[in-house]
Amino acid sequence: MTNGMDALGDPTRRAIFERLARGPTAVGEIAKDVPVSRPAVSQHLKVLKQAGLVTDRAEGTKRLYQLDPRGVGQLRDYFDAFWMQALTAFKEAVENPT
Amino acid sequence: MQATDSAVRREITVNATPERAFFIFTEGFDTWWPRSHKVGPTDLAKAVIDPDRMQWYEVGVDGTTTDWGAILTYDPPNRVTLEWRIGGTWQCETDPALFSEVDVTFTPEGDATRVTLEHQHLDRHTAADALKGAVGSEGGWNGLLQRYSEAVD
Repeated sequence: MTNGMDALGDPTRRAIFERLARGPTAVGEIAKDVPVSRPAVSQHLKVLKQAGLVTDRAEGTKRLYQLDPRGVGQLRDYFDAFWMQALTAFKEAVENPT
Repeated sequence: MQATDSAVRREITVNATPERAFFIFTEGFDTWWPRSHKVGPTDLAKAVIDPDRMQWYEVGVDGTTTDWGAILTYDPPNRVTLEWRIGGTWQCETDPALFSEVDVTFTPEGDATRVTLEHQHLDRHTAADALKGAVGSEGGWNGLLQRYSEAVD
């Protein structure tokens, strides 16, 4: 099983990953936005899938790839904790000016 | 914790008028913003919400300014909405499709003010940023989250 950090260590894979942030996309569309061939894109997607960063589904005759939503969930959790800390500091500044 | 798929919402009540709460949030921004959270290459000298430029930004100790995004709404003492251009890992995004928004409202409750903050459209940020740190790294998101929850509790 490929580790996620290793999977994103490759710059082309990072570019593919970032392209998928815009929504579910077919291989052909991804290949238009990265400087490697379609077969190379497919190979990178396989690695990203094995690392648990990307999932896919069939839609009609196409196969669409997308980011694993758990990734966005982690981002949300991060900001939730961050804003709690920031707002606590804000409250302190409002109520206890130095 | 309240969160939808792409937004977080936090509320805090402060013992002050909406005018004071709004003032400290905006003009007093530098007095409470966490110093470690900045984008530029040097340490943070000053964090600014600037209604004249309609931007919020940091000034580094080397004097350089790094914009964090536009001020979308500035309505004292009721509401301020900030565009968040600094992504999920405090690095500048340049694609407007990837900006999120921080919407803050100030509602009087008796002698106090309820401050409600919603950070919306988080799904627009490159999720790659979130995972790069999170996956397998103690110094990354997981470690950061742990320090935050310790600080909050």
